[in-house]
Amino acid sequence: MPVTNIKHAFWSGVRDGWPYIVVVVPFATLFGVVAIEAGLTLAQTLTFSILVIAGASQFAALQLMLENAAISFILAAALAVNLRMAMYSAALAPHLGNAALWQRILIGYLNFDQSYILSVAKYENEPDMLITAKVAYFMGVALTIAPLWSLFTYFGVRVGSVIPVDLEVSFVLPIAFLSMVAPMIKSPAHIAAAFVSIITALALAGLPAGSGLLIAAVCAMATGVIVETVLEQKT
Amino acid sequence: MNYTQTEIWLIIGLMAIGTFAIRYSFLGIIGSRRIPVLIERMLRFTPVAVLPGMVAPLVLWPTDAINGVTMVHLSAAFAALLAAYITRKVIWGMLAGLVVFFSPVIITLP
Repeated sequence: MPVTNIKHAFWSGVRDGWPYIVVVVPFATLFGVVAIEAGLTLAQTLTFSILVIAGASQFAALQLMLENAAISFILAAALAVNLRMAMYSAALAPHLGNAALWQRILIGYLNFDQSYILSVAKYENEPDMLITAKVAYFMGVALTIAPLWSLFTYFGVRVGSVIPVDLEVSFVLPIAFLSMVAPMIKSPAHIAAAFVSIITALALAGLPAGSGLLIAAVCAMATGVIVETVLEQKT
Repeated sequence: MNYTQTEIWLIIGLMAIGTFAIRYSFLGIIGSRRIPVLIERMLRFTPVAVLPGMVAPLVLWPTDAINGVTMVHLSAAFAALLAAYITRKVIWGMLAGLVVFFSPVIITLP
């Protein structure tokens, strides 16, 4: 494989990845602001963004920490938000499963929404890509987005340190969650799952923080799968 | 927030390990074996199953609101949901929600 083609694949990943700046920058900034207001230190907030690189789950963990939930519940709920990435991993495996071990580990670390979505689309459009080019493309996307995520978390911490406390910053969390989940609602099954999740979570709000949410999530997932299956059989 | 520094670091560390394990799973340990259809379906529903249940109590019983939920909270939540749903873009939802929520503050700015 000529080096130029690897470079070419990498740069086309960079080109496809950079428009996501408009999502990553405000979102990362917001995480920095909310985390510092919640009481995390600069080091903790930055480490969180650098190691986890998953907005929704970082916000979810933060919210449950604000509610003083048990650590096991925090982990269960926040990691449940990330479970969809196991699906990304499965979708990438046929394309990247034969890459070197260190490359697969790096891909695992950087396997987030945008890198997965763009890469799988690219591999399906260009089935002739060699594995080296596929890895290079993935890295082009991921290495455009991941550093910005950390950088603007830091920026958010700086901003958060000067925002007056009487602004009700914590309500930014539900606004962020609603904005994240709304575009994911694509079918009646999604609506049913979301609805069951809301009703169950509200009904179980009296349980220890985080535990009602876990029960709600399991009920909602089951609902989604059942509704989807039933609708498929009808058509 | 009521955790020791060690506990906070523990949460972050375990989140990092757990998230990596999820992301790496099929790329590494399980190899290129196909994921069972039922499991794949359930995985696809996880964000839609977790996030609404998390958001509903936050909207109805806001954490730091002194006087409880107000029209401002509800309008901001609705604006975010509507904008993100129509545009299918996270960013527009957040902008709409934030503008509505902080509009009382913005208006009083000198």
